[in-house]
Amino acid sequence: MDGNSGFFYTFFNLEIAAQYAPALGAGALITLGTGAAVVVTGTLLGLLLAILRALDVRPLTMAIVAFADILRSLPPLVILIVLYFGLPEIGLPLSAFLVTWISLSLALAAYAEESIWAGISSLPAGQMEAARSTGLAWWSAMRWVILPQAVRRAVPTLTNRIISITKNTALGSVVSLNELLNAAQGASSMSGNPTPLMMAAMSYVIIFLPLVVFSRWLEKNWVRG
Amino acid sequence: MENLIHNFFNVQVYADVFPHLLRGLWTTVWLSAIVIPLGALAGLGLAVTITQVQSRAVRWAVIGYIDFFRAFPPLVLLILVYFGWPFLGVELDKLTAVVIAFVLNNASYYAEVFRAGLEGVAKGQMEAARSTGLVRWQALLYIVIPQAVRNVLPDLVGNSIEVVKLTTIASVVALPELLRAARDAQALVYNPSPIVLAAIMYLVLLWPLTRWLGRLEHKRIR
Repeated sequence: MDGNSGFFYTFFNLEIAAQYAPALGAGALITLGTGAAVVVTGTLLGLLLAILRALDVRPLTMAIVAFADILRSLPPLVILIVLYFGLPEIGLPLSAFLVTWISLSLALAAYAEESIWAGISSLPAGQMEAARSTGLAWWSAMRWVILPQAVRRAVPTLTNRIISITKNTALGSVVSLNELLNAAQGASSMSGNPTPLMMAAMSYVIIFLPLVVFSRWLEKNWVRG
Repeated sequence: MENLIHNFFNVQVYADVFPHLLRGLWTTVWLSAIVIPLGALAGLGLAVTITQVQSRAVRWAVIGYIDFFRAFPPLVLLILVYFGWPFLGVELDKLTAVVIAFVLNNASYYAEVFRAGLEGVAKGQMEAARSTGLVRWQALLYIVIPQAVRNVLPDLVGNSIEVVKLTTIASVVALPELLRAARDAQALVYNPSPIVLAAIMYLVLLWPLTRWLGRLEHKRIR
């Protein structure tokens, strides 16, 4: 290695960058797609569980609490690997995308359920009672009175969780989901040069930094309803 | 069904690999015992910097650092440190790479937690402490920081649980923590039961902590 030019030649090699840019681009798309899928299913499942918990049916509540506790205690990578070997066993096809999507959605759902439930239980009981006394059915009261306030309260914590879990799509590389990190590692070992890894690193920052800045803005400006 | 039990809940395999996995669990525990205090201390340093230093440039630099590492997936960071560093001409052993990546990453999360805690301590606390003759760092250390920690104890616990869970990514660079031990055992016995046993061990280790965290948070809401 000869000084500065060597450093740039090694870590920011333009020739190698150009060569592997298409592969990394495809990987970035998979990262974005998987991340988006996880956010949608994870948040919706969490919302559904929080609503079911509000029904206050004892066995149901216990099952939901157990689900949330277990999924929050297990490392996401462990969930991922268990599913990787477990899915074929219950007759589902083995697909790296499916495994990553399901595991991260379950992990996110557990946190989303806890955040939204915290929002629901922080509301005074009078909210529900008043809404019901105007003639709204339980579900309508939930839908139009309780949830809008509860979700509003949950938004700042929820955004942070969403960011930290969607970042984890990189874990998919362990079960060879061909997302950004995996594409970069492949390109790096093929070219014997860390430039593709640096490109992947920069892409992650470009994708997630705006989200982090947005969440900081939210925390500051989000008026708790 | 029989197949499922044979492949995932194989008691014979559990018994065979248990000692090996226990060693892995031990590695997970001491790895956490290294990276949690280091990350928390670095985070506290960053948080004190943001709240105490007047210089705008310094504060922006620290916030930039925090946001950068909150946006950066820890696994990518670890792989970059572990596989990228040797290109600088210095070989890094696994443990050093893991500790560097974890501390860089954790410091940003702990910094956010401590910052919230420090901002929650009334200004008068510092002024009163200074008026008794304590110098600034003494006032911080003995009066302000202890209250800040109390303010955000649940978040500190929650963050530390996340760090323990995160140690699983060290398996990717073959550091023999619990998940790695389970995967090695799995390859050896040609049966995925060790992974399920590892999952059970993580649950035994972390579920009580998650419950405790729930109680702490509940107390805070009241």
